[in-house]
Amino acid sequence: MTPIQYVFLFTAGFTLLAALGVVTRRNVVHSALFLVVALFGVAVTFAILEAGFWAVIQVLVYIGAIAILMIFVVMLTRRNVADETYPEPFNDNMRLAFLAALLVFGGLALIIGGWDAAREITTAPFDFDTLTEFGLAMVSPDGYLVPFIVVSVLLLAAFVGSLMVAVQARSGEEEAE
Amino acid sequence: MIPLSWYLIFSALLFSIGLFGVLARKNAVAILMGVELMLNAVNINLIAFWRYIVPDTTAGWMFVAAVFAVAAAEVAVGLALVYSIYRGRRTASADEIDLLKW
Repeated sequence: MTPIQYVFLFTAGFTLLAALGVVTRRNVVHSALFLVVALFGVAVTFAILEAGFWAVIQVLVYIGAIAILMIFVVMLTRRNVADETYPEPFNDNMRLAFLAALLVFGGLALIIGGWDAAREITTAPFDFDTLTEFGLAMVSPDGYLVPFIVVSVLLLAAFVGSLMVAVQARSGEEEAE
Repeated sequence: MIPLSWYLIFSALLFSIGLFGVLARKNAVAILMGVELMLNAVNINLIAFWRYIVPDTTAGWMFVAAVFAVAAAEVAVGLALVYSIYRGRRTASADEIDLLKW
C-alpha cells in the first residue's frame, strides 16, 4: 500500500461517514454540518486526482455558497426553536429507500467489478496545462463556447427565478392591487 | 497506484447514500442535501475518468463545470421554494406538503 492509497482511503472513509451523517441525523443543522465535511472530502479527492482547480472551486462554491445557503434555510424553517424536539428523520418509505439504494449500489458495483480495465488502469504522468486549455476552450467557438453561454443563461434564469419565488409572497400580502 | 475502480466504487457509494437521503428523508432541505451528495458523486466520476483515460483533453472539465453550475442553480431555486412554502404553511416537512395528493 503506497502512501497515496492510504490518503485516498482515509479521505473516502471520512467522506462516506459524513455522507451517512447527512442522511441519518434527526437535527437538520447537524446534517448540514456533516454535508460540509463530505463536500470537503470530495474537494480533497479532486486534489488527489490532480484537479486542484476543481478542489478550490468545490470549496468556494459548494461549501462557501451552497452549504451556507442550506444552513440559512434550515435555520429559517425551524418550527420548535424553544423546546428543540426533533421529529423522526425518515418518512414511511425508509425501508424501500434503503432497498433502492442497496440495489443501485449493487448494480454499479457489479458493473465496475466486471470491467477488468478499471483495476489495471493507473495514472500516467501527463504534461498538459489543463486549466489554460480549458479556459481557452470555453471561449472558443470551436470549443465549448455554446455550452458555456447556455450554462450562464441557466444561472441567470435560476437567479431571477429564485428571487421571484422568494419575494413575491411578501408583496402579495402587503399590496392588494 | 490508485486503481480507477477505487474511485468508481467510492463514487457509487456516495451516490447510493445520497439516493437514500433523497428517498427517505422528511425534511425538504435534507432531501436537497441528498441531491447534492449525488451530484458530487457524479463530479468525482467525471474527474476520475478524465484523469485516468483522457488527461490531455478538456471535455470532462466542461461537463464538471456544467454540473457545478446546474447544482448551484438548482439548490438556489429549490431552497427558495422550500422557504416560500414554509412562509405559507409553516412546515418544511415534505410529508406535510400534500395538498395535491389524491
